[in-house]
Amino acid sequence: MTAPHPDTWLRVLPQGLYCEPGDFFIDPLRSVAHAVITHGHSDHARPGHGSVLATEATLAIMRVRMGEGRAGETQQALDYHTPLTHQGVDITLVPAGHVLGSAQIVLDWQGSRAVVSGDYKRQRDPTCAPFEPVTCDVFVTEATFGFPVFRHPDPAHEIAKLLKSLTIFPDRTHIVGAYSLGKAQRVIALLREAGWERPIFIHGALTALCALYEAHGVPLGPLLPATGASKDDLKGAIVIAPPAAAADRWSRRMNDPLIARASGWMRVRQRAKMAGVELPLVISDHADWDDLLRTVEETRAPEVWVTHGAEEALIHALSLRQIRGRALSLIGYEDEETSSEEEAEA
Amino acid sequence: MTPFADLLERLVFTPGRLAKLALLRDYFTHTPDPDRGYALAAIAGDLSFTAAKPAMIRQIATDRVDPTLFAWSYDYVGDLAETVALIWPGSREGQAPRLSEVVAILSETPKSDLPAVLAGWMDVCDASARLALLKLITGGLRVGASARLAKIALGEMAGVAADDIEEVWHGLAPPYGPLFDWLSGRAAKPDAAGAPVFRPTMLAHPLEEADAAALDWAGYRAEWKWDGIRVQLVATAQGRRLYTRTAEDISHGFPEILAAMDFHGVLDGELLVMRDGEVAPFGDLQQRLNRKSPGPKMLKDFPAGVRLYDILFDGDDDLRGLTFDDRRVRLEDWYARHQPPRMDLSALIPFAGQEDLAALRFGARAASIEGLMLKRGDSPYLAGRPKGPWWKWKRAPLTIDAVLMYAQRGHGRRSSIYSDYTFGLWRKDGMLVPVGKAYSGITDQELAFIDRWVRGHTIARFGPVREVEKSLVLEIAFDAAQTSNRHKSGVALRFPRISRIRTDKPAEEADKLDSLIARIPASGVAKGETLEEEG
Repeated sequence: MTAPHPDTWLRVLPQGLYCEPGDFFIDPLRSVAHAVITHGHSDHARPGHGSVLATEATLAIMRVRMGEGRAGETQQALDYHTPLTHQGVDITLVPAGHVLGSAQIVLDWQGSRAVVSGDYKRQRDPTCAPFEPVTCDVFVTEATFGFPVFRHPDPAHEIAKLLKSLTIFPDRTHIVGAYSLGKAQRVIALLREAGWERPIFIHGALTALCALYEAHGVPLGPLLPATGASKDDLKGAIVIAPPAAAADRWSRRMNDPLIARASGWMRVRQRAKMAGVELPLVISDHADWDDLLRTVEETRAPEVWVTHGAEEALIHALSLRQIRGRALSLIGYEDEETSSEEEAEA
Repeated sequence: MTPFADLLERLVFTPGRLAKLALLRDYFTHTPDPDRGYALAAIAGDLSFTAAKPAMIRQIATDRVDPTLFAWSYDYVGDLAETVALIWPGSREGQAPRLSEVVAILSETPKSDLPAVLAGWMDVCDASARLALLKLITGGLRVGASARLAKIALGEMAGVAADDIEEVWHGLAPPYGPLFDWLSGRAAKPDAAGAPVFRPTMLAHPLEEADAAALDWAGYRAEWKWDGIRVQLVATAQGRRLYTRTAEDISHGFPEILAAMDFHGVLDGELLVMRDGEVAPFGDLQQRLNRKSPGPKMLKDFPAGVRLYDILFDGDDDLRGLTFDDRRVRLEDWYARHQPPRMDLSALIPFAGQEDLAALRFGARAASIEGLMLKRGDSPYLAGRPKGPWWKWKRAPLTIDAVLMYAQRGHGRRSSIYSDYTFGLWRKDGMLVPVGKAYSGITDQELAFIDRWVRGHTIARFGPVREVEKSLVLEIAFDAAQTSNRHKSGVALRFPRISRIRTDKPAEEADKLDSLIARIPASGVAKGETLEEEG
């Protein structure tokens, strides 16, 4: 008997992507009885589910971000590469390289395999396990940067720009707007790799997550709260803050602040201009155009489903490679690099 | 190419003048010759290529990228050169060419070989260098810094005054080897003898009340302050030039003035549109300033002239060390000898004391007069803006009470503050229409007040712009109003700035648009007599 096509057992419902034989959703958009979560960003990990299956790190992140009670009534941690059989469906978590704990969900049912990648990237990231391609029948991908104009440069090159700027403006506080889960810790780790040993000041919204990364074995070096630091302390310092805070009133306490932003969108000038930043840094936690195509190729999937992002360009490019593409058009996933997260003054 | 591209990229995103200077200094300090010279030329607008047309760069891109993907990407990015720079597939290993190499090769490459040469460069450049390259060869390079700013940065780097650089500048050509040799201490200051170079201008300070009270009025001479633009006329055996006071060469825009400069010397004066000796409003001159090369109709309808007020060189004779009074004698003598067409002398205004001048200033009604100039009789001609010898005593500004409509966050230091304001006046039908934008004029406390107010009274957001409740009245000071077909209201203000926040005034009582329009003279500009003057 031939294996059933994944579209017979993996379907799009209003709540999100649903695995029928296993009776669970992946990254559901509203609360459901059974959820498997790829990673801790708030558009993928939502509060109020019944049971939640994810990596231990993702569960920990969910608890920190939503509070103990809201991160699922029951939580089950699953290690990478350790299959769990649930109602005949084998569920395996494989690193996605997006943020700490991020996983692709590999689903095997009756000889048919689908991989739901969640958000992912292929660039090296010292703060999380690297993406591993898994051969499959259907690869479910994001397409946040699904235009060929998006090619992320080596992040070390972008960090060098930041450090060079500090030599030209040795007194100005360099505030890097970076999403508080993942991007912020990655920027800090990249700075450490580049030899920046001085304390890095962080916005209050990052404190708990940075501690969580440290507890998971990701060293971030000396960090100090930016709130309460004097203008003198902040002279020539690097401050990491959520983008909304970096660009707004919160930054006024800094010494002649220079606003940087770490995001894949910074590659397009108009976007960077709109963001009002003085130093755009093209650092992204999503796959760029080349990596989207390379990844699809490496999974050897004959069919690719695109969850969200710029799907038409990607599907067109796949068709040129004789790969069938399908847009799932899941509404509700936004990439964290554009979302205006917590405008907290903390 | 890479350091130059990095500089351009940073300048594009850097709003602050001091920060731009720091970036330029860093570049000029760390970049070798002759690359930095060509970069300077690019900034000064002296380096442009038009060899490549947009169609060509689109072609080299679509040779490598699927045309559908290219078209979608272009729609997304919105700029052709940027799309090509970003979409260019993977770089080859190798060194990006130096700027000087690009300039040298471009000048000797036949047009038919250009696509291949360009593609070869693109392969070894990163995205920002590719963009700089494409902008450079299509003649579309826009640098976020002026030539003047670059010269100030060079001056700071080398410890010389930017004005000293101006003195030699117009005798040099890219990549300005002698200039950099001098700035690096390898050679003496380049000799500009005989070349029609710019001489640094002497500028005036605004006369504040405290200054006026302490002034030794008898030591000063008075002239009208004409509402044109300050120019320097330079004519030598080697050529004729018309410069603005920031050393910009505007000779091409004013051929009739150049034709009239049949002399050898350097003169200082005001460029004006004049009809039969009558000075036309500034708006008329603006018509001419907007044109790089005016047509015959333009020359006939907006005839330019120069009102002379100083002489720096008579022949090769440097008069800048003489006192104002002595230079005035020389100027009158020179004028009597040459009688150049399209030029006249700025008259000295006789006065007995401060009261006379105050009355004249208050009574000045002509649209072409901005106020008075006071110049010390015993002062030499000094470069820059020394405090004391020259004062400008401007007529009090006009004001209107307008309603705040939109606010936008500023840049740099002000990037967290709603500091750019669009304000409007009431139209007959009860609609509020925008008449201008202002960024300056208020204290930090007032700024903080408006910022808070904007955040508390936002009714809509359009990207970075907030629309606010139409209830805050701002008193706007401005120098003149003129008709404009670019504004919905049909009016544009010159130098609008916020003079006061009128929290005491209800928005309904703000000024009417008609009261502004009705008073714009047919020739274009409204001046002091027509609108309420601030006491």
